[in-house]
Amino acid sequence: MTSDLSVSIGAWRLTNPLIAASGCFGYGVEYADAVDLASLGGVAVKGLFLKEREGHPPPRIVETPSGMLNAIGLQGIGVHRFVAEKLPELRALRAAVLVNICGTTIDEYVELARILSDAEGVAALELNISCPNIKEGGITFGCSLTGTHAVVSAVRKVTRLPVIPKLTPNVTDVASFARAAEEAGADAVSLVNTFLAMAIDVETRRPRLSNIVGGLSGPAIRPIAVRMVYECRQAVRLPIIGMGGIATASDVLEFLIAGANAVQVGTANFVDPLLWPKLLAGLQDYMQRHGLTRIAELTGTLDTSREEHAWISS
Amino acid sequence: MPLDVNAVVLENRRLSDAYSVLLLDAPAIAAAVQPGQFVMLKPSHGTDPLLRRPFSVFEVLRNADGAPSGISILNKKAGVGTSLLYDVERGATIACLGPLGRPFEAVRPPSEAWMVAGGVGLAPFVTLATRLQQLGTPATLFYGARTASELYYVDLFERLGVHTVLATEDGTRGTTGRVTAPLGEALQASGDDASIRLYVCGPTPMMRAVARLAAEHERACDVSLEQVMGCGMGGCYSCVVLTRDQPSAAPHFVRSCVDGPVFDSRRIVWEVLSH
Repeated sequence: MTSDLSVSIGAWRLTNPLIAASGCFGYGVEYADAVDLASLGGVAVKGLFLKEREGHPPPRIVETPSGMLNAIGLQGIGVHRFVAEKLPELRALRAAVLVNICGTTIDEYVELARILSDAEGVAALELNISCPNIKEGGITFGCSLTGTHAVVSAVRKVTRLPVIPKLTPNVTDVASFARAAEEAGADAVSLVNTFLAMAIDVETRRPRLSNIVGGLSGPAIRPIAVRMVYECRQAVRLPIIGMGGIATASDVLEFLIAGANAVQVGTANFVDPLLWPKLLAGLQDYMQRHGLTRIAELTGTLDTSREEHAWISS
Repeated sequence: MPLDVNAVVLENRRLSDAYSVLLLDAPAIAAAVQPGQFVMLKPSHGTDPLLRRPFSVFEVLRNADGAPSGISILNKKAGVGTSLLYDVERGATIACLGPLGRPFEAVRPPSEAWMVAGGVGLAPFVTLATRLQQLGTPATLFYGARTASELYYVDLFERLGVHTVLATEDGTRGTTGRVTAPLGEALQASGDDASIRLYVCGPTPMMRAVARLAAEHERACDVSLEQVMGCGMGGCYSCVVLTRDQPSAAPHFVRSCVDGPVFDSRRIVWEVLSH
């Protein structure tokens, strides 16, 4: 007997909690030969602006211990070409598409949301207010509570699609941003985007990325991301899509138990693009071993009773 | 469709203290690979280093019946990943994803194929030379290295019917200096009615120089670029190369893993290609 891996993010029903992370899966179609996109809970496509963007010059990535830095700079085809060229193929592949949108002004987010609400085959909108690699827009909303509230509520007014702001970890208290998103009418939050970081070639004293700084992802960030999901779970009732360094089924479960309702997998997909069936099998195995029937019941089940006791007695 | 196999290392032939040829048991990939395609190899089983590295498929290995049984890659120690692969021993397993990328298109006779290789840039040309021999296309390899002991597998190309023109920077074998010198002379001497396509792989300055020679002599020229890659599948947008589809068009970044690694040299904006 297989267990029920389906989860809900507001009105969005996912067949399982695994979503390919934005920026790590192209527009999804790149992987259609290797991965059955319909077998994923969702596909978060590369962040889209209204217009095409070239992004940063190379080098755009550099490896760091158990992780990588990237400063791609949101190269992309723009929303119009996405709707015309990619969305029909994604529909044919029966992918549940989470479209990641990015603007430099609130009006641009609103315009993107309008366009995508009229398009066929979009499951939800992820608001990219957290990309560390572009100077204008995006993270300027994500690093301000009023900015986060303003962009979420503006998009909320123009779409019936689930609205999911993607939060940055590059703030003092990420939970307060989850609360701001909740108050503004978000259907869920996703977290965390990458950690602002840098690497230097000491021989040349030059930065290893053309953008000087970039975003750190991969297993190196996972414990911090788990902690942030846990903090947000204490702060809001909203569904949470957790991410940060997930590479195995055990990693997925860690995020669910910490409080996530679903997860995104990004950097690990670069290392092993065929990891999805292995993750699903690992989740099924866990459910069987623990006699669980519905994975949705795992969310936020962290047992801290002993730890609280230890703290009180210390 | 790319395949991901946990390939057993059949042998790791150390050619020098920097170069090795790694033979991998990977029949399905060997059967599918086209000339100039690459694989993504994971140099560690853990998370450090985290990412796979791209390597051109060097040889397609065959069993006693002639069926494809595996591949080899030509590895040169340059960083952490290539050093780990240099040290790997027979019997170890390496995750190997491929074949990937846009292959070389081998010209047919009466056209001629001139391959131009610098150092480890020799890697994609065994598969191309094999295809050229099947097609009966006259083939020449212009091959340069620092010194005679770093000119590898010349006899293999000769067995594939390839005419070889060698150059070493220290003059220990072939012409003294860079391989672009004898190439330039050969282009100068070639007749206007001859149809020649150049295929190039090597250090960026060499490829840039060959692209310039090809343009001067109005010869078609395909370059195989080696960029830092994250995924090899088109997902990460890290391996981009600045290109122009028309001389007057605005340049834009394209992914070398899916639009390349083989490009028409005229598309490349050579001034900004840095590594």
